[in-house]
Amino acid sequence: MIKQDIKKILSSEDEKISTREAYGRKLAELGEIDKNIVVLDCDLSKSTRTAIFAKKFPERFFNFGLAEANMMSAAAGLATMGKIPFASTFGVFATKRACDQVSISIAYPRLNVKICATHTGISVGEDGATHQAIEDAAIMRSFPNMIVISPADGTETRKVIDEIYKYNGPCYIRLCRGNSPVLFNDNYEFKIGRGVKIMDGDKATLISAGFTTSITLEAAKTLEEEGIEVDMINMASIKPVDSEMIIESAKKTGLVITVEDHNVIGGLGSAVCEVLSEKYPVRVIRLGVQDKFGSSGSPAELIKAYGFDKDSIVKTVRENIPA
Amino acid sequence: MDSELKKKLQEKAKIIRQDIIEMLCEAGSGHPGGSLSIADVFSYLYFSGILNINPDNPSDKYRDRVVLSKGHACPVLYATLAEKGFFDKSHLKTLRKYGSILQGHPDMNKTPGVEMTTGSLGQGLSCSVGMALGARLDDLNINIIAILGDGECAEGQVWEAAMSASHYKLGNLVAIVDKNGLQIDGFTKDVMNSEPLADKWRSFGWEVFEIDGHDFDEIDYSIKSALSIKDKPVCIIANTIKGRGVSFMENVCDWHGKAPSEEEKEKALCDICNLKLED
Repeated sequence: MIKQDIKKILSSEDEKISTREAYGRKLAELGEIDKNIVVLDCDLSKSTRTAIFAKKFPERFFNFGLAEANMMSAAAGLATMGKIPFASTFGVFATKRACDQVSISIAYPRLNVKICATHTGISVGEDGATHQAIEDAAIMRSFPNMIVISPADGTETRKVIDEIYKYNGPCYIRLCRGNSPVLFNDNYEFKIGRGVKIMDGDKATLISAGFTTSITLEAAKTLEEEGIEVDMINMASIKPVDSEMIIESAKKTGLVITVEDHNVIGGLGSAVCEVLSEKYPVRVIRLGVQDKFGSSGSPAELIKAYGFDKDSIVKTVRENIPA
Repeated sequence: MDSELKKKLQEKAKIIRQDIIEMLCEAGSGHPGGSLSIADVFSYLYFSGILNINPDNPSDKYRDRVVLSKGHACPVLYATLAEKGFFDKSHLKTLRKYGSILQGHPDMNKTPGVEMTTGSLGQGLSCSVGMALGARLDDLNINIIAILGDGECAEGQVWEAAMSASHYKLGNLVAIVDKNGLQIDGFTKDVMNSEPLADKWRSFGWEVFEIDGHDFDEIDYSIKSALSIKDKPVCIIANTIKGRGVSFMENVCDWHGKAPSEEEKEKALCDICNLKLED
């Protein structure tokens, strides 16, 4: 069931917002309090929502055109001058097109660049495989010094941006195109390296990140109605991941199911497996993109087709908990 | 250029070249050719007084920044920084060794005076663009100097950076291309012809100077001119000789990335000592 102490941080409103929109609005707010914040984009400012900042602070917004490699290294240069660069583009370009620049210009010298990528996962929808980042978290997670955060909703996005603004070092923030339910209210607090347990149960552990947390929460509620109570954890902080919370829950339930809009290789599912295989081996089932490229389609169609919609999660739990 | 200053810069270049050879021999690996080719430019940048670089105040907000985009040529940077007083010369013997402050390619967090971590070619000019934008935002009247190789100019990112520098009218940015005409696999014109190189930079909106990169008068004139141009970035194409100063390394492709043996070191030091200096 939903944890008592969690109720005060859950939103009671029935609203939806995309995490990219929440990011864009938050960035424009932060711009007011710190003139060292600069924003970089590659001809996608309307889509990444950095256009809100650009309109307010044109002198601190730099469009690099379609040149992601240049943007990432230039962001590093700005960071050496004491600026706090937020560099945005789609997830596919931020991590694959500019992979070496992020690694060598930003992560290796541990420069204070915030890479906030939008349009991650197959939930991008109609644009299809070329624009759906399914390996971005895997790539970023493998870079030393890089932290990787995948906020669940608009509220968590705002809190994450606040936290990474205070944190001095490179970050990769995984944002989404589509609207998703606002799960948390303003009392919610985000900490790098900390998960949030939303529901308490002992039959299985569900761990999710990004907008899939809202789907996973719905699945957990459905299971509860059937008398199957699960631990349900929102793990926005994919790196560093909250090992303590994962191990504690796994000890209780003995079965862990991860849910993510990302290839099951290298993302949240892998991070959870790494922790458990070393510290407390239990069975882990990874829901998400099963090592295949994305496709065109509506987000809802794709999520169902790729097997991490609510019904798939419920079915997976039902079929795998001990009788 | 006044003859006394020129003499001093020639003397500094000689010391830098000697240190490059000594440290590479000790390391047993590394890149002598492209370090020796740009040694005169480094002598000028750090010892002519043209730039605000002070080892006693290495984090001075108002310092000029030199970014070695062709990071494999770091022996020239390390020799120069040591001679300038950023760290003790004893470190030069630790080049490329485990635990050293002198990594195989420049690391801004390990080596005092290194402004940017480089080594993956093509990135340094972009980093310099970011520095130039940052300096302008803060109204800092400083110069950003990026040193590139001509082989490096095959990297697409160099041209992304070049385009953005002229788009943003970065008059505080100077790129110096060490055009020594050689790269790992052979002559640049055979591996991937970058000519007409000066026209390329011009067409990207840069002011261009083409100079003899071993002639201090030409280095002096072009850099002073570059620093005085404030409405656009400037590229100085320094025509150089790879391996300059060591007879058996000059214009020999194999000396791109090979360290001299003890015997070769002695001959190299002798050559550098006898290098004919122009008046």
